[in-house]
Amino acid sequence: MSAHDAYVAAAYGITFIVLAGLVVAVLADQRGRKQELAELERQGERRRSDRGAAY
Amino acid sequence: MSETVATARKISDLANPTRFIALADKLVPWLAALTLIVLAVGLYMSFAAPEDYQQGTTVRIMYIHVPFAWLAMMCYTIMSVAALGTLVWRHPLADVALKSAAPIGAVFTALALITGSIWGKPMWGTWWVWDARLTSVFVLFLIYLGIIALTRAMEDPTRAARAAAVMTLVGFINIPIIKFSVDWWNTLHQSASVVRMGGPAIDPSMLWPLLVMALGFTLLFFTLHLMSMRTELWRRRVRTMRQLAARRAEARA
Repeated sequence: MSAHDAYVAAAYGITFIVLAGLVVAVLADQRGRKQELAELERQGERRRSDRGAAY
Repeated sequence: MSETVATARKISDLANPTRFIALADKLVPWLAALTLIVLAVGLYMSFAAPEDYQQGTTVRIMYIHVPFAWLAMMCYTIMSVAALGTLVWRHPLADVALKSAAPIGAVFTALALITGSIWGKPMWGTWWVWDARLTSVFVLFLIYLGIIALTRAMEDPTRAARAAAVMTLVGFINIPIIKFSVDWWNTLHQSASVVRMGGPAIDPSMLWPLLVMALGFTLLFFTLHLMSMRTELWRRRVRTMRQLAARRAEARA
Protein backbone atom coordinates (compact mmCIF):
# COMPACT_ATOMS: atom_id res chain seq x y z
CA MET A 1 0.00 0.00 0.00
CA SER A 2 1.48 3.32 -1.04
CA ALA A 3 1.62 6.33 1.25
CA HIS A 4 -1.15 7.91 -0.81
CA ASP A 5 -3.43 4.91 -0.21
CA ALA A 6 -3.04 5.53 3.51
CA TYR A 7 -4.38 9.09 3.10
CA VAL A 8 -7.37 7.78 1.12
CA ALA A 9 -8.00 5.06 3.74
CA ALA A 10 -7.78 7.66 6.54
CA ALA A 11 -10.24 10.01 4.81
CA TYR A 12 -12.82 7.24 4.15
CA GLY A 13 -12.22 5.65 7.58
CA ILE A 14 -12.76 8.86 9.52
CA THR A 15 -15.80 9.70 7.38
CA PHE A 16 -17.33 6.29 8.13
CA ILE A 17 -16.72 6.62 11.88
CA VAL A 18 -18.08 10.18 12.07
CA LEU A 19 -21.20 9.41 9.97
CA ALA A 20 -21.88 6.21 11.94
CA GLY A 21 -21.63 8.30 15.11
CA LEU A 22 -24.13 10.80 13.70
CA VAL A 23 -26.60 8.06 12.73
CA VAL A 24 -26.27 6.42 16.18
CA ALA A 25 -26.81 9.81 17.89
CA VAL A 26 -29.95 10.51 15.81
CA LEU A 27 -31.32 7.02 16.52
CA ALA A 28 -30.54 7.25 20.26
CA ASP A 29 -32.29 10.64 20.53
CA GLN A 30 -35.29 9.24 18.65
CA ARG A 31 -35.45 6.20 20.93
CA GLY A 32 -35.16 8.29 24.08
CA ARG A 33 -38.01 10.63 23.12
CA LYS A 34 -40.21 7.71 22.02
CA GLN A 35 -39.72 6.08 25.42
CA GLU A 36 -40.53 9.33 27.23
CA LEU A 37 -43.75 9.69 25.22
CA ALA A 38 -44.73 6.08 25.87
CA GLU A 39 -44.04 6.57 29.60
CA LEU A 40 -46.19 9.73 29.74
CA GLU A 41 -49.01 8.02 27.89
CA ARG A 42 -48.83 5.10 30.31
CA GLN A 43 -49.24 7.59 33.14
CA GLY A 44 -52.44 8.73 31.45
CA GLU A 45 -51.14 12.10 30.28
CA ARG A 46 -52.95 13.53 27.29
CA ARG A 47 -51.53 15.69 24.56
CA ARG A 48 -52.63 19.26 24.20
CA SER A 49 -53.41 18.45 20.56
CA ASP A 50 -56.23 16.28 21.88
CA ARG A 51 -57.83 19.61 22.68
CA GLY A 52 -56.95 21.16 19.34
CA ALA A 53 -53.60 22.97 19.83
CA ALA A 54 -50.42 22.53 17.80
CA TYR A 55 -48.29 20.13 19.83
CA MET B 1 -61.44 22.98 -5.56
CA SER B 2 -58.89 24.45 -7.96
CA GLU B 3 -55.43 22.96 -8.29
CA THR B 4 -53.67 25.95 -6.68
CA VAL B 5 -55.93 25.79 -3.67
CA ALA B 6 -55.35 22.04 -3.42
CA THR B 7 -51.56 22.53 -3.48
CA ALA B 8 -51.74 25.32 -0.94
CA ARG B 9 -53.88 23.08 1.22
CA LYS B 10 -51.31 20.30 1.01
CA ILE B 11 -48.50 22.66 2.09
CA SER B 12 -50.49 24.04 4.99
CA ASP B 13 -51.42 20.49 6.02
CA LEU B 14 -47.72 19.86 6.52
CA ALA B 15 -47.66 22.65 9.09
CA ASN B 16 -49.62 20.32 11.33
CA PRO B 17 -46.97 18.42 13.33
CA THR B 18 -49.09 15.27 13.60
CA ARG B 19 -49.49 15.12 9.81
CA PHE B 20 -45.80 15.85 9.38
CA ILE B 21 -44.87 12.96 11.69
CA ALA B 22 -47.17 10.63 9.75
CA LEU B 23 -45.51 11.71 6.49
CA ALA B 24 -42.02 11.24 7.99
CA ASP B 25 -43.02 7.77 9.21
CA LYS B 26 -43.92 6.87 5.63
CA LEU B 27 -40.89 8.46 3.95
CA VAL B 28 -37.99 7.61 6.28
CA PRO B 29 -37.70 3.85 5.56
CA TRP B 30 -37.75 4.43 1.77
CA LEU B 31 -35.28 7.31 1.97
CA ALA B 32 -32.95 5.29 4.21
CA ALA B 33 -32.99 2.32 1.82
CA LEU B 34 -32.42 4.57 -1.20
CA THR B 35 -29.53 6.32 0.63
CA LEU B 36 -27.80 2.99 1.31
CA ILE B 37 -28.19 1.82 -2.30
CA VAL B 38 -26.95 5.08 -3.86
CA LEU B 39 -24.01 5.35 -1.43
CA ALA B 40 -23.04 1.71 -2.10
CA VAL B 41 -23.10 2.31 -5.87
CA GLY B 42 -21.22 5.61 -5.42
CA LEU B 43 -18.57 3.96 -3.26
CA TYR B 44 -18.05 1.25 -5.86
CA MET B 45 -17.78 3.86 -8.63
CA SER B 46 -15.33 5.95 -6.55
CA PHE B 47 -12.89 3.07 -6.30
CA ALA B 48 -13.49 1.80 -9.85
CA ALA B 49 -12.75 5.24 -11.33
CA PRO B 50 -9.30 5.78 -12.84
CA GLU B 51 -6.58 7.53 -10.89
CA ASP B 52 -5.91 11.16 -11.67
CA TYR B 53 -2.75 11.79 -13.70
CA GLN B 54 -1.62 14.41 -11.19
CA GLN B 55 -3.34 13.53 -7.92
CA GLY B 56 -2.99 9.76 -8.32
CA THR B 57 -5.23 7.78 -5.97
CA THR B 58 -5.85 10.75 -3.64
CA VAL B 59 -8.44 11.99 -6.18
CA ARG B 60 -10.79 9.47 -4.47
CA ILE B 61 -10.85 11.77 -1.43
CA MET B 62 -12.58 14.31 -3.72
CA TYR B 63 -15.61 12.00 -4.10
CA ILE B 64 -16.39 12.55 -0.40
CA HIS B 65 -14.78 15.94 0.21
CA VAL B 66 -16.69 17.83 -2.50
CA PRO B 67 -20.16 16.46 -1.56
CA PHE B 68 -19.53 17.33 2.10
CA ALA B 69 -18.58 20.87 1.16
CA TRP B 70 -21.68 21.22 -1.05
CA LEU B 71 -23.93 19.82 1.66
CA ALA B 72 -22.39 22.05 4.32
CA MET B 73 -23.59 25.03 2.25
CA MET B 74 -26.91 23.47 1.18
CA CYS B 75 -27.79 22.67 4.79
CA TYR B 76 -27.03 26.23 5.84
CA THR B 77 -29.15 27.58 2.97
CA ILE B 78 -32.06 25.36 4.06
CA MET B 79 -31.63 26.65 7.62
CA SER B 80 -31.70 30.24 6.34
CA VAL B 81 -34.97 29.61 4.47
CA ALA B 82 -36.30 28.03 7.67
CA ALA B 83 -35.17 31.13 9.59
CA LEU B 84 -37.27 33.25 7.22
CA GLY B 85 -40.09 30.79 7.83
CA THR B 86 -39.84 31.47 11.56
CA LEU B 87 -39.49 35.25 11.36
CA VAL B 88 -41.74 36.10 8.39
CA TRP B 89 -44.36 33.39 8.07
CA ARG B 90 -44.22 32.02 11.64
CA HIS B 91 -44.45 28.53 10.23
CA PRO B 92 -44.66 26.12 13.19
CA LEU B 93 -42.25 23.62 11.62
CA ALA B 94 -39.65 26.16 10.46
CA ASP B 95 -37.83 26.33 13.78
CA VAL B 96 -37.99 22.55 14.13
CA ALA B 97 -36.34 22.28 10.69
CA LEU B 98 -33.64 24.84 11.58
CA LYS B 99 -32.78 23.36 14.96
CA SER B 100 -32.58 19.76 13.76
CA ALA B 101 -30.54 20.59 10.62
CA ALA B 102 -27.77 22.39 12.53
CA PRO B 103 -25.96 19.36 14.04
CA ILE B 104 -26.10 17.50 10.70
CA GLY B 105 -24.71 20.54 8.89
CA ALA B 106 -21.95 20.87 11.49
CA VAL B 107 -20.93 17.23 10.97
CA PHE B 108 -20.83 17.63 7.17
CA THR B 109 -18.78 20.83 7.52
CA ALA B 110 -16.34 19.11 9.90
CA LEU B 111 -16.00 16.23 7.42
CA ALA B 112 -15.36 18.65 4.54
CA LEU B 113 -12.57 20.24 6.61
CA ILE B 114 -11.09 16.91 7.76
CA THR B 115 -11.14 15.18 4.35
CA GLY B 116 -9.79 18.35 2.70
CA SER B 117 -6.98 18.45 5.21
CA ILE B 118 -6.09 14.79 4.64
CA TRP B 119 -6.02 15.47 0.87
CA GLY B 120 -3.98 18.66 1.39
CA LYS B 121 -1.11 16.96 3.17
CA PRO B 122 0.05 14.76 0.24
CA MET B 123 -1.06 17.19 -2.52
CA TRP B 124 -0.22 20.65 -1.14
CA GLY B 125 2.37 19.50 1.38
CA THR B 126 0.41 20.97 4.28
CA TRP B 127 -2.58 19.98 6.42
CA TRP B 128 -3.90 23.52 6.59
CA VAL B 129 -3.45 27.04 5.23
CA TRP B 130 -5.39 30.11 6.32
CA ASP B 131 -6.50 30.95 2.79
CA ALA B 132 -9.89 32.49 2.06
CA ARG B 133 -11.70 29.25 1.18
CA LEU B 134 -10.46 27.18 4.09
CA THR B 135 -10.90 30.00 6.58
CA SER B 136 -14.45 30.85 5.42
CA VAL B 137 -15.49 27.18 5.71
CA PHE B 138 -13.93 27.05 9.17
CA VAL B 139 -16.00 30.13 10.07
CA LEU B 140 -19.11 28.28 8.77
CA PHE B 141 -18.28 25.43 11.16
CA LEU B 142 -18.02 27.90 14.07
CA ILE B 143 -21.37 29.49 13.06
CA TYR B 144 -22.98 26.02 13.11
CA LEU B 145 -21.61 25.43 16.63
CA GLY B 146 -22.94 28.82 17.73
CA ILE B 147 -26.42 28.06 16.37
CA ILE B 148 -26.42 24.62 18.03
CA ALA B 149 -25.46 26.20 21.37
CA LEU B 150 -28.13 28.89 20.98
CA THR B 151 -30.96 26.47 20.10
CA ARG B 152 -30.16 24.46 23.22
CA ALA B 153 -29.41 27.32 25.63
CA MET B 154 -32.99 28.49 26.15
CA GLU B 155 -35.64 26.44 27.86
CA ASP B 156 -38.53 28.03 25.93
CA PRO B 157 -38.46 26.83 22.28
CA THR B 158 -40.31 29.91 20.92
CA ARG B 159 -37.75 32.35 22.36
CA ALA B 160 -34.84 30.20 21.22
CA ALA B 161 -36.45 30.03 17.76
CA ARG B 162 -36.31 33.79 17.17
CA ALA B 163 -32.73 34.13 18.42
CA ALA B 164 -31.53 31.19 16.32
CA ALA B 165 -33.37 32.47 13.23
CA VAL B 166 -31.77 35.93 13.50
CA MET B 167 -28.31 34.45 14.05
CA THR B 168 -28.75 32.06 11.09
CA LEU B 169 -29.75 34.88 8.75
CA VAL B 170 -26.81 37.04 9.86
CA GLY B 171 -24.47 34.10 9.26
CA PHE B 172 -25.84 33.55 5.74
CA ILE B 173 -23.52 36.30 4.50
CA ASN B 174 -20.76 33.69 4.78
CA ILE B 175 -22.29 31.39 2.12
CA PRO B 176 -21.56 33.62 -0.93
CA ILE B 177 -18.19 34.42 0.64
CA ILE B 178 -17.36 30.68 0.69
CA LYS B 179 -18.63 30.17 -2.86
CA PHE B 180 -16.75 33.11 -4.40
CA SER B 181 -13.71 33.09 -2.08
CA VAL B 182 -11.69 31.24 -4.71
CA ASP B 183 -12.50 33.92 -7.32
CA TRP B 184 -12.21 37.01 -5.11
CA TRP B 185 -8.94 36.10 -3.41
CA ASN B 186 -5.77 34.35 -4.38
CA THR B 187 -6.27 31.00 -2.68
CA LEU B 188 -4.36 27.73 -2.57
CA HIS B 189 -7.75 26.05 -2.98
CA GLN B 190 -8.69 25.49 -6.61
CA SER B 191 -11.64 27.27 -8.19
CA ALA B 192 -14.94 25.60 -9.11
CA SER B 193 -14.65 22.71 -11.57
CA VAL B 194 -18.19 21.28 -11.63
CA VAL B 195 -20.63 24.18 -11.32
CA ARG B 196 -18.99 26.71 -13.63
CA MET B 197 -19.58 28.59 -16.88
CA GLY B 198 -18.87 26.35 -19.84
CA GLY B 199 -19.76 23.11 -18.03
CA PRO B 200 -17.76 20.83 -15.76
CA ALA B 201 -13.98 20.72 -16.25
CA ILE B 202 -13.70 17.13 -15.02
CA ASP B 203 -13.57 14.01 -17.17
CA PRO B 204 -16.89 12.05 -17.05
CA SER B 205 -15.04 9.04 -15.56
CA MET B 206 -14.50 11.14 -12.44
CA LEU B 207 -17.58 13.36 -12.67
CA TRP B 208 -20.04 10.46 -12.41
CA PRO B 209 -18.71 8.96 -9.14
CA LEU B 210 -18.68 12.48 -7.71
CA LEU B 211 -22.31 13.14 -8.70
CA VAL B 212 -23.54 9.76 -7.44
CA MET B 213 -21.76 10.23 -4.10
CA ALA B 214 -23.19 13.76 -3.88
CA LEU B 215 -26.69 12.37 -4.47
CA GLY B 216 -26.10 9.63 -1.86
CA PHE B 217 -24.97 12.08 0.82
CA THR B 218 -27.82 14.46 -0.06
CA LEU B 219 -30.28 11.59 0.50
CA LEU B 220 -28.49 10.81 3.77
CA PHE B 221 -28.91 14.43 4.80
CA PHE B 222 -32.66 14.44 4.09
CA THR B 223 -33.16 11.07 5.82
CA LEU B 224 -31.38 12.24 8.97
CA HIS B 225 -33.06 15.65 8.81
CA LEU B 226 -36.56 14.14 8.63
CA MET B 227 -35.74 11.76 11.50
CA SER B 228 -34.33 14.61 13.62
CA MET B 229 -37.33 16.84 12.90
CA ARG B 230 -39.68 14.04 13.97
CA THR B 231 -37.64 13.53 17.15
CA GLU B 232 -37.67 17.29 17.86
CA LEU B 233 -41.48 17.32 17.56
CA TRP B 234 -41.64 14.43 20.03
CA ARG B 235 -39.27 16.31 22.38
CA ARG B 236 -41.61 19.33 22.32
CA ARG B 237 -44.60 17.09 22.87
CA VAL B 238 -42.94 15.54 25.92
CA ARG B 239 -42.16 19.04 27.26
CA THR B 240 -45.76 20.21 26.78
CA MET B 241 -47.22 17.08 28.35
CA ARG B 242 -44.93 17.43 31.39
CA GLN B 243 -45.91 21.09 31.80
CA LEU B 244 -49.59 20.20 31.61
CA ALA B 245 -49.10 17.38 34.10
CA ALA B 246 -47.29 19.76 36.49
CA ARG B 247 -50.03 22.36 36.14
CA ARG B 248 -52.73 19.78 36.84
CA ALA B 249 -50.81 18.50 39.87
CA GLU B 250 -50.52 22.09 41.12
CA ALA B 251 -54.24 22.69 40.66
CA ARG B 252 -55.05 19.56 42.63
CA ALA B 253 -52.72 20.53 45.49
